Amino acid sequence: MAAHCLFFTQTEEDWLPFSCDIPLLMAGGLRGKERERTNLLKQCLLCRVAGVQSHQAWKTNPLGDVGLNVLLKTEDPRTQNGSLMARPNKTADMSVFSEVTQAAPVAVFKLTQDFSNDQFPSKVNLGVGAYRTDEGQPWVLPVVKKVEKIIVHDDRLNHEYLPILGLPEFRSSASKIALGDDSPAIQENRVGAVQCLGGTGALKMGAEFLRRFYNGNNNTKTPVYVSAPTWENHNAIFANAGFEDVRAYKYWDTEKRGLDLAGFLGDLESCPEHSIFVLHACAHNPTGIDPTQEQWKMIAEIMMRRNLFVFFDSAYQGFASGSLDKDAWAVRYFVSLGFEMFCAQSFSKNFGLYNERVGNLTVVARDADNLKRILSQMEKIVRTTWSNPPSQGARVVAITLNSPELFTEWKDNVKTMADRVLLMRAQLKAKIQALGTPGTWDHITEQIGMFSFTGLNPKQVEYMVKEKHIYLMASGRINMCGLTTKNIDYVAESIHDAVTKVQ
Amino acid sequence: MSRPGTSLDEKGVEPNGDPGVHLPLFTSAHPETTTLLSAYDKDTHTGKVYLAGREYYSEEGKTFELRLVGKIKQQLSADPTLRPEYPPSFGLTEFTRRATEAALGKSSRAVVENRVLGIQTPGFTAAVRLGAELLRHWHDVCPDWCGPVYLSSPCDDSLPGIFQAAGIQDIREYYYWDDRQRDVCLEKLLEDLERAPERSVVVLSASAHYPTGADLSQHQWAVITQLIMRRRLFPFLLLPAQALCSGDLERDAWPVQYCASQGMELLCAQSFSHCFGLYGAAVGHLLCVLKQNCLLSSVRSQADEVVRSLWAEPSVGGAHVVATVLSNPAHLVEWHGEVRRIVERCMLIRNILKERLRLLGTPGCWDHLTQQGGLYCCTGLNGQQVEFLSQRRHVYLLPTGCLNVSAINGRNLDCVAESIHLAAIG
Repeated sequence: MAAHCLFFTQTEEDWLPFSCDIPLLMAGGLRGKERERTNLLKQCLLCRVAGVQSHQAWKTNPLGDVGLNVLLKTEDPRTQNGSLMARPNKTADMSVFSEVTQAAPVAVFKLTQDFSNDQFPSKVNLGVGAYRTDEGQPWVLPVVKKVEKIIVHDDRLNHEYLPILGLPEFRSSASKIALGDDSPAIQENRVGAVQCLGGTGALKMGAEFLRRFYNGNNNTKTPVYVSAPTWENHNAIFANAGFEDVRAYKYWDTEKRGLDLAGFLGDLESCPEHSIFVLHACAHNPTGIDPTQEQWKMIAEIMMRRNLFVFFDSAYQGFASGSLDKDAWAVRYFVSLGFEMFCAQSFSKNFGLYNERVGNLTVVARDADNLKRILSQMEKIVRTTWSNPPSQGARVVAITLNSPELFTEWKDNVKTMADRVLLMRAQLKAKIQALGTPGTWDHITEQIGMFSFTGLNPKQVEYMVKEKHIYLMASGRINMCGLTTKNIDYVAESIHDAVTKVQ
Repeated sequence: MSRPGTSLDEKGVEPNGDPGVHLPLFTSAHPETTTLLSAYDKDTHTGKVYLAGREYYSEEGKTFELRLVGKIKQQLSADPTLRPEYPPSFGLTEFTRRATEAALGKSSRAVVENRVLGIQTPGFTAAVRLGAELLRHWHDVCPDWCGPVYLSSPCDDSLPGIFQAAGIQDIREYYYWDDRQRDVCLEKLLEDLERAPERSVVVLSASAHYPTGADLSQHQWAVITQLIMRRRLFPFLLLPAQALCSGDLERDAWPVQYCASQGMELLCAQSFSHCFGLYGAAVGHLLCVLKQNCLLSSVRSQADEVVRSLWAEPSVGGAHVVATVLSNPAHLVEWHGEVRRIVERCMLIRNILKERLRLLGTPGCWDHLTQQGGLYCCTGLNGQQVEFLSQRRHVYLLPTGCLNVSAINGRNLDCVAESIHLAAIG
């Protein structure tokens, strides 16, 4: 059954005889007045035959024709060759895209849109995933501003395409940031990297490689485990890379408002061997709950024993605790155990380079020879995706990381951001408790990074959004960066109201 | 056609529990063979010449940024209003607007009727990849549509891999460049497309065909589009070096405007790298012209999903520059001037080379050198002759005998002309 879109006009010669009934129905309608047209539409056989839910309005096209766009399905052979189509759209036969269904909007972006449309003066946006200053503004890191000036005034810059794997000095310094300067794996020449389009691109490259070469060749049935909950895009990235079986591992304990360690370890023990696990290196998105060092050790032990693949997602290094090394502890621990693993790094948040798409896929291989082969295959995958990554962001990061002064300044900038988040956490918890809000609120300061799972249930969230004009995710996730000294009282009071008034 | 990510014989070996005797996880990932460029790099001959590059090279043999672009980058870096935030998934609105205009013209009916989608992509390859992913996701009636996709013979050798990476395995060729005629052979092209199954995708170069430089005439476009509509094929047009053929963005995109004016739906991948010298910035664009505007919102939402699983959002730097230039009449004049110089230099080189070959008495017809435009040109030399050139004369052409005219300059012209002459007579 094919779907055709037609454009009826006022003139007689453009009737479309899809079946005997339709032209008769339309004959009167097209020349009648508006109301007659509407009545005819109601009776229109087209709707019943085609299952069309609604007509588009009568409209005038730029040529001055008056007509109606109607979608209908027909098997009438007279319509097959396109010669019966009405002016002006004579070639309006089958469109490749006719069966495309509307995809669901991405929740967090819809939230931001609703926030923009809201006129309430004291509205607060706690849904966005980017850093904001105490004035509620995005922040260009001072070191980034400095480095960008250096770049723009550098006459000796090479204006060619970057190599396929990216800017070499970026790749190596980025991997060092994750693994540590003195990492034995780096010294053993078994660490390499691929510059990618942000953290998303890094995950994508890793996923594409794993689908092709891990656990066999093109073994699309290898299970991929992502945490429950996790950043919603994890699912799409692995699914679109070809993995048929993307599952959740237990992570967030709703009642305890903490890590469901037993559930997590249980899933690690019971999953099929060689499953791939996507782990958050620090500042888990969206819960903010990270395993402790002891807990990471338990996780690592099982993964090693059961041959599970380690794929770290590191989007917040430095941002979580304020210390790069502390935030990288888990990644470095796993490397020290000898895992072959991937780590997808993003510099969007900790450099504020959201719009330059700076990411790095760090590859820790068995040995130098393996690394060489892995990277050569990565090149092939990159060549069919974006071919050469963009240079600007990578340059900024590379210059910063490779200059001791700029590096220090950057760490300082990062600490500024992290400290502000910690301050907001402390203040929010204090104010909520001071108001005598029922329940425990320790999780607000125990959780780490940009996000916090407040524990508010969907009804309470709806209350916050509709009644208080405070925008947060249906999961109860808030972005601490959305809090400022000006709005924190209002938010604390609102949370208090939500918890006490709405069950 | 090359295949990506080859499956090799051994399966991945499973590591056992003891870290000390772990076998590598990825034993089946084998290294790639050396490329033409690495062969050139290893060549120690002092007068070696590389004519197989993609970028525009100046007389000094380097890629460069347009002077205007440098100025604008400085301006933008001092602009306090630019905010470090995630851009929309489809990129900067002003950029996509201008890029769409550059392809469809200012008064395009398709734009007025709101049935056009423009998506900024991180480069040209990414635009093609996105288009391929969209086609595979959306082909109506049969959700598992897997091709075929028809590519010109010869074509950009990365294209097959891109479509295959998107999940379309059935890649075929249509006859395009004829070595003897030293031009496009329309007859055979039409024959091949006539045989193509309905709903095949046909990838056509809108201008400055890579790697041959041979473009279709307006008459040929008229004939081909008639066939495409009659056989219900889907056109995917390529503009990898838009503006470098005629010196004007819209002129180079004439085939896109023509197809759109015929009421066709199409995809078009554009790149602004060459005409802005913004190679490192990855400024690409995918244009999607639909037949009906009622499809726009669902197509847009699905495209959004696909983009999010590829790179989420594109990078903004280069797009800012392009948008700034294209939306400012004064900048546009300056930009046109610089592009014209590039185009004229290419024409000059073509003329000089043809004249040299004539003076040397090189056999064969070389009119196509000056009849074509743009960066690339196919000499018509065969595989053996091309190998002779690289091995004995240290002049590197693409295996198809095509070369990048901008890489020829005052210092290597003599060598290049003589080498081609020797290859042709030898």
